Amino acid sequence: MEKLVNVYLFGKKYEVPSNLTIMTAMEYAGYQLVRGCGCRNGFCGACATIYRIKGQKELKVCLACQTQVENDMYVATLPFFPLVKQVYDIETIAHDQQVMMQLYPEIYACIGCNACTKSCTQELNVMQYIAAAQRGDFETCAELSFDCVMCGVCSSRCPAGISHPQVALLARRINGKYLAPKTSHLADRLVEIENGTYEELLQNLMQKPISEMKELYNNREIEK
Amino acid sequence: MYSSDIKELIKKVEARREYNTSYEPARMTAEQKEQLLATYHPDYRADQFELLKIGANKGEKVPHELAEMLQAHSRITADSVNLDDVAYDVDVLVIGGGGAGSSAAIEAKRAGANVMIVTKLRIGDANTVMAEGGIQGADKPNDSPAIHYIDAFGGGHFAAKPELLYKLVNEAPDAINWLNELGVEFDKAPDGTMITTHGGGTSRKRMHAAKDYTGSEIMRTLRDEVFNLQIPVVDFTAAIELILDENGKCAGAVLMNMETKELMVAKAKTVIIATGGAGRMHYQGFPTSNHYGATADGLVLGYRAGAKLLYADTLQYHPTGVAYPEQIFGALVTEKVRSIGAKLVNVNGEVFMHPLETRDVSAASIIRECSDRGNGVYTGSGYGVWLDTPMIERIHGEGTIMARIPAMHRMFNKYGIDIRYEPILVYPTLHYQNGGLDIGADCQTSNIENLFVAGEAVGGIHGRNRLMGNSLLDIIVFGRDAGRSAAEKAKNTDCCKLTLAHIAEFEAKIREAGIETDKVSPLLLPTYSHGNPKRS
Repeated sequence: MEKLVNVYLFGKKYEVPSNLTIMTAMEYAGYQLVRGCGCRNGFCGACATIYRIKGQKELKVCLACQTQVENDMYVATLPFFPLVKQVYDIETIAHDQQVMMQLYPEIYACIGCNACTKSCTQELNVMQYIAAAQRGDFETCAELSFDCVMCGVCSSRCPAGISHPQVALLARRINGKYLAPKTSHLADRLVEIENGTYEELLQNLMQKPISEMKELYNNREIEK
Repeated sequence: MYSSDIKELIKKVEARREYNTSYEPARMTAEQKEQLLATYHPDYRADQFELLKIGANKGEKVPHELAEMLQAHSRITADSVNLDDVAYDVDVLVIGGGGAGSSAAIEAKRAGANVMIVTKLRIGDANTVMAEGGIQGADKPNDSPAIHYIDAFGGGHFAAKPELLYKLVNEAPDAINWLNELGVEFDKAPDGTMITTHGGGTSRKRMHAAKDYTGSEIMRTLRDEVFNLQIPVVDFTAAIELILDENGKCAGAVLMNMETKELMVAKAKTVIIATGGAGRMHYQGFPTSNHYGATADGLVLGYRAGAKLLYADTLQYHPTGVAYPEQIFGALVTEKVRSIGAKLVNVNGEVFMHPLETRDVSAASIIRECSDRGNGVYTGSGYGVWLDTPMIERIHGEGTIMARIPAMHRMFNKYGIDIRYEPILVYPTLHYQNGGLDIGADCQTSNIENLFVAGEAVGGIHGRNRLMGNSLLDIIVFGRDAGRSAAEKAKNTDCCKLTLAHIAEFEAKIREAGIETDKVSPLLLPTYSHGNPKRS
């Protein structure tokens, strides 16, 4: 028999095998999850969770699908948090510091408490990327925030009411569209396709008997 | 953290690492691949399939678990909803909030349609976010859509529908550009050249990536754009039945609030099924890399209304699912790990295959290594093979893993395994539904007018196996096109009288065929008890 531990789901005690994650422990206990469970692989941010180990002061945060249970763990999930997402037109948006001032002025109310960074389930330097956003340094903001899964725990801990994941997403979109270098080989290929450069070749392939396609496939040259 | 037994076995991998890193294993011949697949690939296990007794694909084989859902009862009868009490009335109804559904909604909106997304979880809780490795597109000078076509057609065993594959490859560069223009941050060199790699079965390096968060980066951008365009997203609401009109055309769906179970009618001029895959059906008992809601809902909805499936008997088992530790068992280890240099190694420390064969061949080869050949590594609960990640930094230098595959590092590091210095254990995991609803080049189903499909719920784009990076591509290409086609079609559609008569007709077929079942479908969500003796 595997080792059992006590976990307190929303304060109620359950005995579960110690090898489970918080998410699978909830299911073991009998929950049929609807909220707080998305990709189950650490990418969607649906299962933001806050916990404290009995007797310890520190409040910890995690993704329930990526975290193993511990004995005497008090668990509360955060399946939804009201982030502010401002609506904008990506085609006409300015890409300077002004845009942050207009859309997310609350970032300038940051008091530097660093609670966001301490609470990041992905261990990102959230306060630093917000500082970059304040300066209008979208590239740094994009780079530092890249692994964000938008779980919203940082925002739940922020005394200034900042919606960090949305600020970062805006910075990344501006960086990706306007600031990152343009790709000339992609532009060239689009023109070729527009001009029908590959049309005959493709139509030809679509008509070919399977035996000829097999020949082509099995003898194709593979780039090293 | 590895157990001491496993740590002992790692020594064999370390001893041969230098030799293995430079060793270039031969690729298999066409005959070798055929033989391997027939013997070891799960799709070839006849006892795991059965013939459908009713519906448009009567007489064709599908996995037992899918047959059970396709031939199950509806969750409702026609008189459980009042079709005159319309909760939502739109031009285009998109069912599913992943990459395909979001792309479809964006393009339908841009085409002027009144469009709405309904999704049983949240927008973005989808397989798209876990597509880590990349997206294909033939945009390099040494590449072309024609070469892409040959790679995908051959990799899919020459079974793809040519008109669909043509769209996939020919619209790929435009799809990449579309994403870039929305602000997706692709990995680029300082001069703007896309940093591209191989995937299994590609003959050119055309895999574009955003580190190993490619799908995540795409999904969060699309979701943001859906919100910017102020497209209504009705979340935690599942479509449980399609609604037709009296001429048999699709005209909406019955919706169910996942929390309150309230039923609602959504009336639409056109409907797009973008419900994704089926990993949570756990075919043949496999673990899955898929998201929580991947239960083949779209196939079930379509089939009950009379739509035809194509290649519903073919699934993709991703060769490298996590085999250890058990907390992340079955999770995806992106193919990109092999694209950038890690090789597959058996218990003896030997490289037993070329790391970039197609997925079906790679999966079958790993299963062979762990079964008949007896060269698997015992993980404590099963077998796996090594994926020797430290090779990556031997080839490309220190820092490569954190720069190119940070998500993989993070996932294992939480369990005390640093993939920069220690290899990882992998085994095939249920990853992708190759088959799905049969559509034409306009994304409309072949036999139900005004019903469109995009993404993983489509069958025939890839044939009987899909190449890495062609799924992120297809959700964009077919998502956009389905959105445009459905918006266009909606302009010339006047919805008439709604009906759910097909539910009773299907029920009659179940009876006539003598099918005895207490199951209802679509499944919507799996139920897990993780070995709880009181609940199994």
